[in-house]
Amino acid sequence: MKGDRSKNMKNYSYSKKMFVRIIATIVIMLVLIPKEVYGMHIMEGFLPPVWSFVWGVASLPFVIIGLISIQRKTKTNPRIKLLLGMVGAFAFVLSAVKIPSVNGSSSHPTGVGLGTILFGPASMSVLGLIVLMFQAILLAHGGLTTLGANTFSMAIAGPFVAFLVYKIVIKMRGKSWLAVFLASSLGNLFTYIVTAIQLGIAHPDPNGGVLLSIEKFMSVFAITQIPLAISEGILTVVVFNFIQQYSKSELEELNVIIKSE
Amino acid sequence: MKGDLVMIKSIRFNKKMTVNIVLILFVVVLFILPLIIQPTADFSGADSIAQDLISEVNAQYEPWFKPLWSPPSTEIESAIFAIQAAVGSGVLFFVLGYLVGKNKSITNDKEVEKKYSE
Repeated sequence: MKGDRSKNMKNYSYSKKMFVRIIATIVIMLVLIPKEVYGMHIMEGFLPPVWSFVWGVASLPFVIIGLISIQRKTKTNPRIKLLLGMVGAFAFVLSAVKIPSVNGSSSHPTGVGLGTILFGPASMSVLGLIVLMFQAILLAHGGLTTLGANTFSMAIAGPFVAFLVYKIVIKMRGKSWLAVFLASSLGNLFTYIVTAIQLGIAHPDPNGGVLLSIEKFMSVFAITQIPLAISEGILTVVVFNFIQQYSKSELEELNVIIKSE
Repeated sequence: MKGDLVMIKSIRFNKKMTVNIVLILFVVVLFILPLIIQPTADFSGADSIAQDLISEVNAQYEPWFKPLWSPPSTEIESAIFAIQAAVGSGVLFFVLGYLVGKNKSITNDKEVEKKYSE
């Protein structure tokens, strides 16, 4: 028993380093919260009723599939509930953080890439919907009438692209960090491409029609979003690295990484 | 022999930590850079720009629904955003901390087991 003392000492310095690391991350997260806040989802009332309805109906099946998928996954393996809460929290933090972009505008990450990689795109449609509802009700950011459209872009289209990219990179034997980075940043970009398309269809340009309108909306989001997509990709890699290091067994159960032993 | 093992472990740990810190610093640079190269910009949200564009493209469009409730001032709005971020990071780091602790207790158990079986 006496011999354990030196080991405890070693663990102490180990956990101290970890503590410093976590504090540093929190500080950086706090620094990232800017003082001025703006949104980026489609605002309340800015989609005509027809399109509010269409996107709502389009999103519904994905959310239902997501609920079933979450239920099935947590039933067979209750231990992953904690990770599920964590990826939801990750989306919650990131979508609260408005980041300035090189073109003098600002927008925010979506944070759904991490959850998509761990739990699949269907589960993320549910978690994304929760985040969007919070912001629509308490922050007048996004909206209830545009909830369907915003869910479709941020919680369905983005995650599906992220999932596809992740699978392709892994299949091509790419490094896992690269797969995580590309998946989360391209998922973020695609969310805004879909938003631009949704706005373009609902508000066609009087001269150039839907296509010109999409192009216009795309140009609003595209440049703003590229640096943000990179930031989101990097932050997702950091958290993924962390989980990979400390929660190998859960990742193996979720089939994210292949059992090495 | 045991000392060697500890050495290897700590080097690997430090390398991962360094990578993560460099990555986070890079994000911070990405955050600060726009503020430096665009000193006069107002950094308004891409969605409010999109909103202006809607009124430009579709001039007669009137929003048909108003938010049921909106924060009375930008300060309150910031507060709610801050709460959102705080709750999110609280849960995030609680779970990360839990995972680190669990992982450590498992490796400790394994080491003790190994020691007694030898």
